[in-house]
Amino acid sequence: MKWGVLIFPGTWSHQDFAHVFQDVLKVDWGYLWHKDTSVAGYDCLVLPGGFAHGDYLRCGAIARFSPIMDAVIRFAKDGGPVLGSCNGFQILCEAGLLPGALLRNASLQYRCRWVHMRAEQCETPFTRAVRPGQVLKIPISHGEGRYFAPPQMLARLRDNGQVVFRYSTPDGHITEEANPNGALEGIAGICNEGGNVLGLMPHPERASEGLLGSEDGRLLFESVLAASLRH
Amino acid sequence: MLEAKIHVTLKKSVLDPQGDTVRSALASLGFQGVADCRVGKFMVVRLDEQDLAKATAEVDEMCRKLLANPVIEDYVFQITEGAA
Repeated sequence: MKWGVLIFPGTWSHQDFAHVFQDVLKVDWGYLWHKDTSVAGYDCLVLPGGFAHGDYLRCGAIARFSPIMDAVIRFAKDGGPVLGSCNGFQILCEAGLLPGALLRNASLQYRCRWVHMRAEQCETPFTRAVRPGQVLKIPISHGEGRYFAPPQMLARLRDNGQVVFRYSTPDGHITEEANPNGALEGIAGICNEGGNVLGLMPHPERASEGLLGSEDGRLLFESVLAASLRH
Repeated sequence: MLEAKIHVTLKKSVLDPQGDTVRSALASLGFQGVADCRVGKFMVVRLDEQDLAKATAEVDEMCRKLLANPVIEDYVFQITEGAA
């Protein structure tokens, strides 16, 4: 299987993903430029973090109209696995592939630190190798990661099991102190109704080697790889 | 030439920590009567269009598709004869 790593003008985490695919997991991968119009030949798409198009107007608002996004939306609607981390999550929300929006951190400050997140939904292509309730140690690096959805949308997410990760203490408790940005109900990551599109604020690609302090992020990639071997 | 002045603000139901911070800064300056403050965006869009109805429909579509995010934001706009 082949991983596609999207680059928009202003994306900054693409090399971290490329390093994980090339040097850590040793899998087939390639870059996709935002002006490309096809994702043919790719089996899983990754939208990395950064400041696509300068985050002008709103985070992800302009990136959503990049030419590649039509192909990404078709790929997602056909059930292809799509992962958006940080700015990638914001783009997926603006593109309508995920519900809700990411707002300025409640602290108004950029947060760059380790967090813990508890797995709430392990039936997605990205979390099948994760145990329900397992706590992953992953870094965040964002100023606008406060997840928001209106009450009805939030209830639907809960009822459908679309909340994939919540910020937690290291031992798995959901507390206000463990929530780095004021996200509603401590939401760190959600999926679409089909489960094939996952967005999360933390950076799994920066926690895929022991040398960097955690290997927990690798579980997300290994979930997809394990599924591809079964087919 | 018509000119649209567009205000985009966070919905009332959405917490605005920036507005809250500005309100407390105003209070610390002695403006004790400020009950609430919300921070939003102001945009001016000039249109090569003479027809007010057409311009109104077009600006409304711009707001829905790009300038505001309906999940978190409200918008209002006024269209006037723009300065040449």
